[in-house]
Amino acid sequence: MASRANRKAAVAARNRLLPEGRVAGPMPWIIAIMMFLTVLSAAAGLGLSTAVRSMSADLAGRASVQVVEADAPARDRLAARTLQALRQTPGVRAADPVDPAALADQLRPWLGDAASSGDLPVPALIDVMLTPGDTDAKVDRLRRQLAGLSPKLRIEPHAAFLLPLAGLLTALGWLAAGVVLLMVLATGAVVVLAARGAHDSHRGTIDVLHLMGSTDVQIARLFQRRIGLDAFLGSALGFAFALLVIILIGLRLSAMGSDLLGAVGLDTRSWVILALLPILGVLLATLTARWTVLRALGRSL
Amino acid sequence: MSAIVQFENVGLRYGLDSETLSDVSFSLANGGFYFLTGASGAGKTSLLKLLYLAQRPSRGVIRLFGEDVVTLPRDRLPGFRRRIGVVFQDFRLVPHLSAYDNIALPLRVAGMEESAIDAPVSEMLNWVGLGDRGEARPATLSGGEQQRVAIARAVIGRPEILVADEPTGNVDSDMARRLMTLFEALNRLGTTIVVATHDLPLIAQVKGAQMMKLDKGRLADPTGTLRYPPRSQDRQ
Repeated sequence: MASRANRKAAVAARNRLLPEGRVAGPMPWIIAIMMFLTVLSAAAGLGLSTAVRSMSADLAGRASVQVVEADAPARDRLAARTLQALRQTPGVRAADPVDPAALADQLRPWLGDAASSGDLPVPALIDVMLTPGDTDAKVDRLRRQLAGLSPKLRIEPHAAFLLPLAGLLTALGWLAAGVVLLMVLATGAVVVLAARGAHDSHRGTIDVLHLMGSTDVQIARLFQRRIGLDAFLGSALGFAFALLVIILIGLRLSAMGSDLLGAVGLDTRSWVILALLPILGVLLATLTARWTVLRALGRSL
Repeated sequence: MSAIVQFENVGLRYGLDSETLSDVSFSLANGGFYFLTGASGAGKTSLLKLLYLAQRPSRGVIRLFGEDVVTLPRDRLPGFRRRIGVVFQDFRLVPHLSAYDNIALPLRVAGMEESAIDAPVSEMLNWVGLGDRGEARPATLSGGEQQRVAIARAVIGRPEILVADEPTGNVDSDMARRLMTLFEALNRLGTTIVVATHDLPLIAQVKGAQMMKLDKGRLADPTGTLRYPPRSQDRQ
Protein backbone atom coordinates (compact mmCIF):
# COMPACT_ATOMS: atom_id res chain seq x y z
CA MET A 1 0.00 0.00 0.00
CA ALA A 2 2.77 2.34 1.06
CA SER A 3 4.80 1.43 -1.98
CA ARG A 4 1.84 2.11 -4.28
CA ALA A 5 1.34 5.51 -2.65
CA ASN A 6 5.04 6.10 -3.04
CA ARG A 7 4.90 5.19 -6.71
CA LYS A 8 1.92 7.48 -7.26
CA ALA A 9 3.73 10.29 -5.51
CA ALA A 10 6.82 9.66 -7.66
CA VAL A 11 4.75 9.71 -10.86
CA ALA A 12 2.96 12.88 -9.77
CA ALA A 13 6.28 14.54 -8.95
CA ARG A 14 7.76 13.49 -12.27
CA ASN A 15 4.73 14.77 -14.13
CA ARG A 16 5.10 18.16 -12.45
CA LEU A 17 8.43 18.64 -14.24
CA LEU A 18 6.49 20.06 -17.19
CA PRO A 19 3.92 22.78 -16.48
CA GLU A 20 0.37 21.61 -15.81
CA GLY A 21 -2.10 21.68 -18.67
CA ARG A 22 -1.71 20.90 -22.30
CA VAL A 23 1.72 21.24 -23.85
CA ALA A 24 0.73 21.76 -27.43
CA GLY A 25 -2.10 24.34 -27.56
CA PRO A 26 -4.89 23.34 -29.92
CA MET A 27 -3.55 19.85 -30.62
CA PRO A 28 -6.47 17.96 -29.03
CA TRP A 29 -8.90 19.83 -31.30
CA ILE A 30 -6.81 19.13 -34.39
CA ILE A 31 -6.53 15.46 -33.44
CA ALA A 32 -10.31 15.40 -32.85
CA ILE A 33 -10.97 16.73 -36.36
CA MET A 34 -8.43 14.31 -37.88
CA MET A 35 -9.94 11.37 -36.00
CA PHE A 36 -13.48 12.41 -37.00
CA LEU A 37 -12.52 12.47 -40.69
CA THR A 38 -10.43 9.30 -40.41
CA VAL A 39 -13.25 7.31 -38.81
CA LEU A 40 -15.76 8.57 -41.38
CA SER A 41 -13.41 7.72 -44.28
CA ALA A 42 -12.66 4.31 -42.82
CA ALA A 43 -16.37 3.66 -42.26
CA ALA A 44 -17.12 4.65 -45.87
CA GLY A 45 -14.36 2.37 -47.16
CA LEU A 46 -15.44 -0.56 -44.98
CA GLY A 47 -19.14 -0.01 -45.81
CA LEU A 48 -18.46 0.04 -49.54
CA SER A 49 -16.27 -3.03 -49.28
CA THR A 50 -19.13 -4.85 -47.49
CA ALA A 51 -21.52 -3.72 -50.24
CA VAL A 52 -19.22 -4.97 -53.00
CA ARG A 53 -18.77 -8.31 -51.23
CA SER A 54 -22.49 -8.71 -50.69
CA MET A 55 -23.28 -7.69 -54.28
CA SER A 56 -20.69 -10.10 -55.68
CA ALA A 57 -22.10 -12.92 -53.60
CA ASP A 58 -25.63 -12.12 -54.77
CA LEU A 59 -24.76 -11.81 -58.45
CA ALA A 60 -22.20 -14.56 -58.89
CA GLY A 61 -23.74 -17.50 -60.78
CA ARG A 62 -26.92 -15.71 -61.79
CA ALA A 63 -28.19 -14.81 -65.27
CA SER A 64 -31.35 -13.64 -67.03
CA VAL A 65 -32.77 -15.17 -70.16
CA GLN A 66 -34.86 -12.79 -72.27
CA VAL A 67 -37.53 -14.10 -74.63
CA VAL A 68 -37.74 -11.36 -77.25
CA GLU A 69 -40.94 -12.18 -79.13
CA ALA A 70 -43.50 -9.52 -80.07
CA ASP A 71 -46.43 -11.94 -80.32
CA ALA A 72 -47.63 -12.62 -76.77
CA PRO A 73 -48.96 -16.22 -77.22
CA ALA A 74 -45.81 -17.21 -79.15
CA ARG A 75 -43.69 -15.55 -76.42
CA ASP A 76 -45.45 -17.54 -73.71
CA ARG A 77 -44.96 -20.81 -75.63
CA LEU A 78 -41.29 -20.09 -76.29
CA ALA A 79 -40.77 -19.09 -72.64
CA ALA A 80 -42.31 -22.36 -71.45
CA ARG A 81 -40.11 -24.40 -73.80
CA THR A 82 -37.04 -22.49 -72.77
CA LEU A 83 -37.83 -22.93 -69.09
CA GLN A 84 -38.21 -26.66 -69.55
CA ALA A 85 -34.94 -26.88 -71.49
CA LEU A 86 -33.07 -24.84 -68.91
CA ARG A 87 -34.27 -26.97 -66.02
CA GLN A 88 -32.88 -30.06 -67.77
CA THR A 89 -29.53 -28.47 -68.54
CA PRO A 90 -26.53 -29.59 -66.42
CA GLY A 91 -25.01 -26.70 -64.49
CA VAL A 92 -28.36 -24.95 -63.94
CA ARG A 93 -29.40 -25.14 -60.32
CA ALA A 94 -32.74 -23.36 -60.78
CA ALA A 95 -34.68 -21.55 -63.48
CA ASP A 96 -37.75 -19.48 -62.60
CA PRO A 97 -39.91 -17.21 -64.75
CA VAL A 98 -40.09 -13.60 -63.59
CA ASP A 99 -43.66 -12.71 -62.76
CA PRO A 100 -44.92 -10.46 -65.63
CA ALA A 101 -46.86 -8.35 -63.13
CA ALA A 102 -43.68 -7.72 -61.07
CA LEU A 103 -41.81 -6.87 -64.27
CA ALA A 104 -44.56 -4.44 -65.29
CA ASP A 105 -44.34 -2.80 -61.85
CA GLN A 106 -40.60 -2.26 -62.30
CA LEU A 107 -41.10 -0.79 -65.76
CA ARG A 108 -44.02 1.43 -64.81
CA PRO A 109 -41.89 4.43 -63.73
CA TRP A 110 -40.48 4.60 -67.28
CA LEU A 111 -43.33 3.22 -69.45
CA GLY A 112 -46.39 4.14 -67.42
CA ASP A 113 -49.52 1.94 -67.65
CA ALA A 114 -48.48 0.86 -71.14
CA ALA A 115 -46.08 -1.57 -69.45
CA SER A 116 -48.99 -3.80 -68.35
CA SER A 117 -51.47 -3.06 -71.12
CA GLY A 118 -50.01 -5.67 -73.50
CA ASP A 119 -49.67 -3.06 -76.23
CA LEU A 120 -45.93 -2.92 -75.73
CA PRO A 121 -43.99 -6.11 -76.55
CA VAL A 122 -42.15 -6.50 -73.22
CA PRO A 123 -39.81 -9.55 -73.30
CA ALA A 124 -40.48 -12.43 -70.94
CA LEU A 125 -37.68 -12.99 -68.41
CA ILE A 126 -36.38 -16.17 -66.84
CA ASP A 127 -34.14 -15.96 -63.80
CA VAL A 128 -31.41 -18.60 -63.96
CA MET A 129 -29.26 -19.69 -61.04
CA LEU A 130 -26.17 -21.68 -61.97
CA THR A 131 -24.26 -24.20 -59.90
CA PRO A 132 -21.17 -22.67 -58.25
CA GLY A 133 -17.93 -22.17 -60.20
CA ASP A 134 -16.88 -21.36 -63.77
CA THR A 135 -19.86 -19.07 -64.44
CA ASP A 136 -18.51 -17.63 -67.71
CA ALA A 137 -18.10 -21.04 -69.37
CA LYS A 138 -21.56 -22.13 -68.23
CA VAL A 139 -23.14 -18.95 -69.60
CA ASP A 140 -21.34 -19.48 -72.93
CA ARG A 141 -22.64 -23.04 -73.11
CA LEU A 142 -26.17 -21.87 -72.33
CA ARG A 143 -25.89 -19.12 -74.94
CA ARG A 144 -25.04 -21.70 -77.62
CA GLN A 145 -27.80 -24.03 -76.44
CA LEU A 146 -30.43 -21.25 -76.46
CA ALA A 147 -29.33 -20.06 -79.89
CA GLY A 148 -30.08 -23.60 -81.16
CA LEU A 149 -33.52 -23.43 -79.53
CA SER A 150 -34.53 -20.05 -80.97
CA PRO A 151 -32.81 -16.93 -82.27
CA LYS A 152 -35.20 -14.88 -80.10
CA LEU A 153 -33.53 -15.92 -76.86
CA ARG A 154 -30.80 -13.92 -75.19
CA ILE A 155 -28.85 -14.60 -72.01
CA GLU A 156 -27.05 -11.99 -69.85
CA PRO A 157 -25.06 -12.81 -66.70
CA HIS A 158 -26.10 -10.46 -63.84
CA ALA A 159 -22.50 -9.71 -62.95
CA ALA A 160 -22.11 -8.03 -66.36
CA PHE A 161 -24.87 -5.50 -65.53
CA LEU A 162 -23.32 -4.41 -62.26
CA LEU A 163 -19.65 -4.81 -63.09
CA PRO A 164 -19.10 -1.05 -63.65
CA LEU A 165 -20.93 -0.23 -60.39
CA ALA A 166 -18.91 -2.80 -58.45
CA GLY A 167 -15.76 -1.31 -60.00
CA LEU A 168 -16.83 2.19 -58.95
CA LEU A 169 -17.60 1.04 -55.40
CA THR A 170 -14.23 -0.73 -55.18
CA ALA A 171 -12.47 2.42 -56.42
CA LEU A 172 -14.35 4.52 -53.84
CA GLY A 173 -13.31 2.02 -51.18
CA TRP A 174 -9.65 2.41 -52.17
CA LEU A 175 -10.07 6.17 -52.23
CA ALA A 176 -11.39 6.02 -48.65
CA ALA A 177 -8.40 3.88 -47.65
CA GLY A 178 -6.11 6.48 -49.27
CA VAL A 179 -7.82 9.26 -47.31
CA VAL A 180 -7.30 7.26 -44.07
CA LEU A 181 -3.61 6.89 -44.91
CA LEU A 182 -3.28 10.62 -45.63
CA MET A 183 -5.02 11.39 -42.33
CA VAL A 184 -2.55 9.15 -40.49
CA LEU A 185 0.36 10.97 -42.14
CA ALA A 186 -1.18 14.38 -41.41
CA THR A 187 -1.78 13.39 -37.77
CA GLY A 188 1.84 12.28 -37.50
CA ALA A 189 2.97 15.61 -38.97
CA VAL A 190 0.79 17.57 -36.54
CA VAL A 191 2.25 15.65 -33.62
CA VAL A 192 5.80 16.23 -34.88
CA LEU A 193 5.14 20.00 -35.07
CA ALA A 194 3.44 20.03 -31.67
CA ALA A 195 6.25 18.03 -30.04
CA ARG A 196 8.88 20.30 -31.57
CA GLY A 197 6.99 23.37 -30.38
CA ALA A 198 6.61 21.92 -26.89
CA HIS A 199 10.29 21.00 -26.83
CA ASP A 200 11.31 24.51 -27.89
CA SER A 201 9.04 26.26 -25.41
CA HIS A 202 10.37 24.16 -22.51
CA ARG A 203 13.99 24.36 -23.58
CA GLY A 204 15.04 26.05 -20.31
CA THR A 205 13.58 23.29 -18.16
CA ILE A 206 15.04 20.63 -20.44
CA ASP A 207 18.52 22.17 -20.20
CA VAL A 208 18.34 22.18 -16.41
CA LEU A 209 17.12 18.58 -16.34
CA HIS A 210 19.93 17.58 -18.69
CA LEU A 211 22.55 19.26 -16.52
CA MET A 212 21.12 17.52 -13.44
CA GLY A 213 21.79 14.22 -15.22
CA SER A 214 18.42 13.43 -16.81
CA THR A 215 18.65 11.00 -19.69
CA ASP A 216 17.00 11.70 -23.04
CA VAL A 217 14.51 8.92 -22.40
CA GLN A 218 13.49 10.43 -19.04
CA ILE A 219 12.81 13.77 -20.72
CA ALA A 220 11.08 12.27 -23.77
CA ARG A 221 8.78 10.33 -21.43
CA LEU A 222 7.44 13.61 -20.01
CA PHE A 223 6.48 14.87 -23.46
CA GLN A 224 5.10 11.60 -24.78
CA ARG A 225 2.82 11.30 -21.76
CA ARG A 226 1.44 14.82 -22.18
CA ILE A 227 0.99 14.52 -25.93
CA GLY A 228 -0.49 11.05 -25.47
CA LEU A 229 -3.08 12.55 -23.10
CA ASP A 230 -3.89 15.31 -25.58
CA ALA A 231 -4.22 12.71 -28.35
CA PHE A 232 -6.48 10.57 -26.15
CA LEU A 233 -8.76 13.53 -25.49
CA GLY A 234 -8.89 14.50 -29.19
CA SER A 235 -9.31 10.92 -30.42
CA ALA A 236 -12.16 10.20 -28.00
CA LEU A 237 -13.96 13.38 -29.03
CA GLY A 238 -13.45 12.83 -32.77
CA PHE A 239 -14.47 9.17 -32.52
CA ALA A 240 -17.63 9.97 -30.56
CA PHE A 241 -18.79 12.53 -33.13
CA ALA A 242 -17.93 10.24 -36.05
CA LEU A 243 -19.88 7.40 -34.39
CA LEU A 244 -22.90 9.66 -34.07
CA VAL A 245 -22.71 10.62 -37.75
CA ILE A 246 -22.28 6.96 -38.84
CA ILE A 247 -25.32 5.90 -36.82
CA LEU A 248 -27.42 8.74 -38.29
CA ILE A 249 -26.34 7.89 -41.86
CA GLY A 250 -27.06 4.20 -41.19
CA LEU A 251 -30.59 5.05 -40.04
CA ARG A 252 -31.17 7.18 -43.16
CA LEU A 253 -29.90 4.40 -45.46
CA SER A 254 -32.13 1.83 -43.80
CA ALA A 255 -35.13 4.14 -44.10
CA MET A 256 -34.59 4.48 -47.88
CA GLY A 257 -35.35 0.77 -48.39
CA SER A 258 -32.99 0.51 -51.36
CA ASP A 259 -31.37 -2.90 -51.93
CA LEU A 260 -28.19 -1.29 -53.22
CA LEU A 261 -27.83 1.29 -50.43
CA GLY A 262 -29.01 -1.25 -47.89
CA ALA A 263 -25.98 -3.37 -48.79
CA VAL A 264 -23.71 -0.54 -47.58
CA GLY A 265 -23.37 -1.65 -43.97
CA LEU A 266 -20.79 -2.32 -41.28
CA ASP A 267 -20.27 -5.85 -40.04
CA THR A 268 -18.66 -6.80 -36.72
CA ARG A 269 -15.16 -6.85 -38.23
CA SER A 270 -15.67 -3.29 -39.52
CA TRP A 271 -16.85 -2.05 -36.11
CA VAL A 272 -13.78 -3.62 -34.47
CA ILE A 273 -11.52 -1.88 -37.00
CA LEU A 274 -13.26 1.47 -36.36
CA ALA A 275 -12.97 1.01 -32.59
CA LEU A 276 -9.24 0.37 -32.97
CA LEU A 277 -8.68 3.67 -34.81
CA PRO A 278 -8.66 5.97 -31.73
CA ILE A 279 -6.38 3.55 -29.89
CA LEU A 280 -4.01 3.50 -32.86
CA GLY A 281 -4.26 7.31 -33.02
CA VAL A 282 -3.12 7.66 -29.40
CA LEU A 283 -0.35 5.13 -29.97
CA LEU A 284 0.77 6.93 -33.13
CA ALA A 285 0.81 10.32 -31.36
CA THR A 286 2.70 8.96 -28.34
CA LEU A 287 5.36 7.19 -30.37
CA THR A 288 5.74 10.12 -32.78
CA ALA A 289 6.16 12.52 -29.85
CA ARG A 290 8.78 10.28 -28.27
CA TRP A 291 10.68 9.94 -31.56
CA THR A 292 10.53 13.70 -32.25
CA VAL A 293 11.71 14.71 -28.79
CA LEU A 294 14.48 12.10 -28.75
CA ARG A 295 15.69 13.37 -32.12
CA ALA A 296 15.61 16.98 -30.93
CA LEU A 297 17.46 16.07 -27.72
CA GLY A 298 20.02 14.13 -29.73
CA ARG A 299 21.09 17.38 -31.38
CA SER A 300 22.08 18.91 -28.03
CA LEU A 301 24.96 17.83 -25.81
CA MET B 1 45.83 12.55 -3.91
CA SER B 2 44.55 11.81 -7.44
CA ALA B 3 43.38 14.46 -9.86
CA ILE B 4 39.60 14.60 -10.23
CA VAL B 5 39.73 17.18 -13.05
CA GLN B 6 42.41 17.55 -15.68
CA PHE B 7 42.46 20.11 -18.51
CA GLU B 8 45.19 19.77 -21.14
CA ASN B 9 45.63 22.53 -23.73
CA VAL B 10 41.91 23.13 -23.81
CA GLY B 11 40.54 25.66 -26.27
CA LEU B 12 36.95 26.79 -26.68
CA ARG B 13 35.60 28.74 -29.61
CA TYR B 14 31.97 29.77 -30.17
CA GLY B 15 31.23 29.68 -33.89
CA LEU B 16 33.78 31.58 -35.94
CA ASP B 17 34.78 33.98 -33.15
CA SER B 18 38.25 34.00 -31.68
CA GLU B 19 38.90 31.51 -28.89
CA THR B 20 37.14 32.25 -25.60
CA LEU B 21 39.53 29.91 -23.84
CA SER B 22 43.04 29.16 -25.11
CA ASP B 23 45.56 26.56 -24.04
CA VAL B 24 44.03 26.09 -20.62
CA SER B 25 45.83 23.39 -18.67
CA PHE B 26 45.37 22.62 -15.00
CA SER B 27 44.64 19.80 -12.67
CA LEU B 28 42.35 19.79 -9.62
CA ALA B 29 43.02 17.41 -6.76
CA ASN B 30 40.20 15.27 -5.47
CA GLY B 31 38.87 17.01 -2.35
CA GLY B 32 40.41 20.39 -3.13
CA PHE B 33 38.78 23.82 -2.76
CA TYR B 34 39.39 26.13 -5.68
CA PHE B 35 38.44 29.67 -6.55
CA LEU B 36 38.37 30.86 -10.13
CA THR B 37 38.79 34.58 -10.57
CA GLY B 38 39.23 36.97 -13.42
CA ALA B 39 37.66 40.07 -14.90
CA SER B 40 34.25 39.96 -16.54
CA GLY B 41 34.55 38.28 -19.94
CA ALA B 42 37.77 36.52 -18.98
CA GLY B 43 36.10 33.14 -19.65
CA LYS B 44 35.20 31.97 -16.14
CA THR B 45 31.67 30.90 -17.03
CA SER B 46 32.91 29.18 -20.22
CA LEU B 47 35.47 27.24 -18.23
CA LEU B 48 32.81 26.21 -15.71
CA LYS B 49 30.53 25.10 -18.57
CA LEU B 50 33.25 22.76 -19.74
CA LEU B 51 33.60 21.54 -16.20
CA TYR B 52 29.92 20.74 -15.68
CA LEU B 53 29.61 19.23 -19.18
CA ALA B 54 27.32 21.83 -20.73
CA GLN B 55 29.82 22.31 -23.52
CA ARG B 56 32.51 20.31 -25.29
CA PRO B 57 35.84 22.04 -25.98
CA SER B 58 36.97 22.88 -29.51
CA ARG B 59 40.31 21.27 -28.78
CA GLY B 60 42.32 19.73 -26.00
CA VAL B 61 41.58 17.01 -23.49
CA ILE B 62 39.36 17.15 -20.40
CA ARG B 63 39.40 14.29 -17.93
CA LEU B 64 36.78 14.05 -15.21
CA PHE B 65 36.92 11.29 -12.64
CA GLY B 66 39.77 9.81 -14.65
CA GLU B 67 37.86 9.55 -17.97
CA ASP B 68 38.21 11.61 -21.13
CA VAL B 69 34.85 13.40 -21.37
CA VAL B 70 35.59 15.09 -24.70
CA THR B 71 35.11 11.87 -26.62
CA LEU B 72 32.61 10.37 -24.19
CA PRO B 73 29.41 9.15 -25.93
CA ARG B 74 26.33 11.29 -25.23
CA ASP B 75 24.51 8.50 -23.44
CA ARG B 76 27.22 8.32 -20.78
CA LEU B 77 27.11 12.04 -19.96
CA PRO B 78 24.08 11.85 -17.56
CA GLY B 79 26.00 9.52 -15.26
CA PHE B 80 28.85 12.03 -15.05
CA ARG B 81 26.52 15.00 -14.64
CA ARG B 82 24.84 13.38 -11.62
CA ARG B 83 28.22 13.47 -9.88
CA ILE B 84 28.51 17.23 -10.38
CA GLY B 85 26.46 19.88 -8.58
CA VAL B 86 26.08 23.24 -10.26
CA VAL B 87 25.07 26.68 -8.96
CA PHE B 88 24.33 28.71 -12.05
CA GLN B 89 24.99 32.41 -12.20
CA ASP B 90 21.39 33.00 -13.33
CA PHE B 91 20.09 30.32 -10.88
CA ARG B 92 18.13 28.47 -13.59
CA LEU B 93 15.35 27.47 -11.25
CA VAL B 94 12.45 25.73 -12.96
CA PRO B 95 9.80 28.47 -12.86
CA HIS B 96 6.69 26.34 -12.46
CA LEU B 97 8.14 24.22 -9.65
CA SER B 98 8.06 25.19 -5.98
CA ALA B 99 11.29 25.82 -4.07
CA TYR B 100 10.84 22.35 -2.54
CA ASP B 101 10.46 20.64 -5.95
CA ASN B 102 13.40 22.58 -7.38
CA ILE B 103 15.64 21.39 -4.57
CA ALA B 104 14.31 17.82 -4.92
CA LEU B 105 15.05 17.80 -8.66
CA PRO B 106 18.49 16.12 -8.61
CA LEU B 107 17.22 13.41 -6.25
CA ARG B 108 14.22 12.69 -8.48
CA VAL B 109 16.36 12.69 -11.61
CA ALA B 110 18.62 10.16 -9.90
CA GLY B 111 15.55 8.00 -9.24
CA MET B 112 15.48 8.30 -5.43
CA GLU B 113 12.37 6.89 -3.73
CA GLU B 114 9.82 9.62 -3.05
CA SER B 115 9.60 8.65 0.61
CA ALA B 116 13.35 9.24 1.00
CA ILE B 117 13.25 12.70 -0.54
CA ASP B 118 11.31 14.70 2.02
CA ALA B 119 13.80 14.59 4.91
CA PRO B 120 16.88 15.85 3.04
CA VAL B 121 14.91 18.47 1.11
CA SER B 122 13.25 19.83 4.25
CA GLU B 123 16.60 19.87 6.04
CA MET B 124 18.19 21.72 3.15
CA LEU B 125 15.32 24.24 3.01
CA ASN B 126 15.78 24.92 6.71
CA TRP B 127 19.50 25.21 6.32
CA VAL B 128 19.24 27.93 3.65
CA GLY B 129 16.65 29.71 5.80
CA LEU B 130 13.67 28.95 3.57
CA GLY B 131 11.94 26.37 5.76
CA ASP B 132 8.64 28.22 5.55
CA ARG B 133 8.88 28.99 1.84
CA GLY B 134 9.02 25.49 0.42
CA GLU B 135 5.82 25.91 -1.59
CA ALA B 136 6.82 29.29 -3.04
CA ARG B 137 7.44 29.52 -6.77
CA PRO B 138 10.73 31.13 -7.85
CA ALA B 139 8.92 34.20 -9.21
CA THR B 140 7.70 35.01 -5.70
CA LEU B 141 11.18 34.69 -4.15
CA SER B 142 13.72 37.49 -3.92
CA GLY B 143 17.01 37.24 -5.83
CA GLY B 144 18.82 36.14 -2.68
CA GLU B 145 16.19 33.52 -1.87
CA GLN B 146 16.36 32.17 -5.41
CA GLN B 147 20.13 31.90 -5.12
CA ARG B 148 19.79 29.97 -1.88
CA VAL B 149 17.37 27.55 -3.53
CA ALA B 150 19.85 27.15 -6.41
CA ILE B 151 22.65 26.38 -3.94
CA ALA B 152 20.51 23.94 -2.00
CA ARG B 153 19.64 22.18 -5.27
CA ALA B 154 23.30 21.95 -6.23
CA VAL B 155 24.46 20.41 -2.97
CA ILE B 156 21.55 18.15 -2.02
CA GLY B 157 22.82 15.21 -4.05
CA ARG B 158 26.18 15.28 -2.25
CA PRO B 159 28.05 15.76 -5.54
CA GLU B 160 31.69 14.78 -5.94
CA ILE B 161 32.38 18.12 -7.59
CA LEU B 162 30.47 21.31 -6.80
CA VAL B 163 30.74 24.07 -9.38
CA ALA B 164 29.40 27.49 -8.39
CA ASP B 165 29.29 30.51 -10.64
CA GLU B 166 29.21 33.69 -8.50
CA PRO B 167 27.19 31.96 -5.75
CA THR B 168 27.24 34.91 -3.37
CA GLY B 169 26.41 37.60 -5.89
CA ASN B 170 22.88 38.17 -4.59
CA VAL B 171 23.12 37.36 -0.91
CA ASP B 172 24.11 39.51 2.05
CA SER B 173 27.48 39.09 3.73
CA ASP B 174 26.03 37.00 6.54
CA MET B 175 24.43 34.54 4.09
CA ALA B 176 27.65 34.58 2.01
CA ARG B 177 29.59 33.49 5.11
CA ARG B 178 27.04 30.75 5.85
CA LEU B 179 27.24 29.52 2.25
CA MET B 180 31.00 29.35 2.42
CA THR B 181 30.70 27.45 5.68
CA LEU B 182 28.42 24.96 3.91
CA PHE B 183 30.86 24.66 1.01
CA GLU B 184 33.70 24.06 3.48
CA ALA B 185 31.64 21.42 5.27
CA LEU B 186 30.96 19.69 1.97
CA ASN B 187 34.64 19.99 1.12
CA ARG B 188 35.54 18.33 4.40
CA LEU B 189 33.22 15.46 3.41
CA GLY B 190 35.31 15.04 0.26
CA THR B 191 33.52 17.18 -2.34
CA THR B 192 35.83 19.09 -4.65
CA ILE B 193 34.65 22.70 -4.77
CA VAL B 194 35.19 25.12 -7.65
CA VAL B 195 33.80 28.63 -7.11
CA ALA B 196 34.00 31.41 -9.68
CA THR B 197 33.88 34.78 -7.95
CA HIS B 198 35.08 38.37 -7.97
CA ASP B 199 34.76 38.53 -4.22
CA LEU B 200 38.37 38.62 -2.91
CA PRO B 201 37.42 38.84 0.80
CA LEU B 202 35.39 35.70 0.27
CA ILE B 203 38.46 33.94 -1.13
CA ALA B 204 40.49 35.05 1.86
CA GLN B 205 37.84 33.60 4.17
CA VAL B 206 38.48 30.01 3.08
CA LYS B 207 41.79 28.93 4.49
CA GLY B 208 43.83 26.59 2.33
CA ALA B 209 41.79 27.19 -0.82
CA GLN B 210 43.63 27.63 -4.08
CA MET B 211 43.01 30.22 -6.71
CA MET B 212 43.13 30.18 -10.48
CA LYS B 213 43.00 33.42 -12.38
CA LEU B 214 41.77 33.72 -15.93
CA ASP B 215 42.88 36.60 -18.12
CA LYS B 216 41.42 36.92 -21.62
CA GLY B 217 40.73 33.21 -21.88
CA ARG B 218 44.13 32.08 -20.61
CA LEU B 219 45.18 31.00 -17.17
CA ALA B 220 47.32 33.88 -15.91
CA ASP B 221 50.74 32.66 -14.84
CA PRO B 222 49.84 28.97 -15.18
CA THR B 223 52.78 27.93 -13.08
CA GLY B 224 51.97 30.21 -10.15
CA THR B 225 48.18 30.33 -10.15
CA LEU B 226 47.71 27.80 -7.42
CA ARG B 227 48.46 30.27 -4.72
CA TYR B 228 47.95 28.05 -1.73
CA PRO B 229 49.04 24.48 -1.21
CA PRO B 230 46.17 22.05 -1.91
CA ARG B 231 44.16 21.02 1.13
CA SER B 232 44.79 17.41 0.19
CA GLN B 233 48.51 18.04 0.50
CA ASP B 234 47.96 19.79 3.86
CA ARG B 235 46.42 16.61 5.12
CA GLN B 236 49.25 14.41 3.95
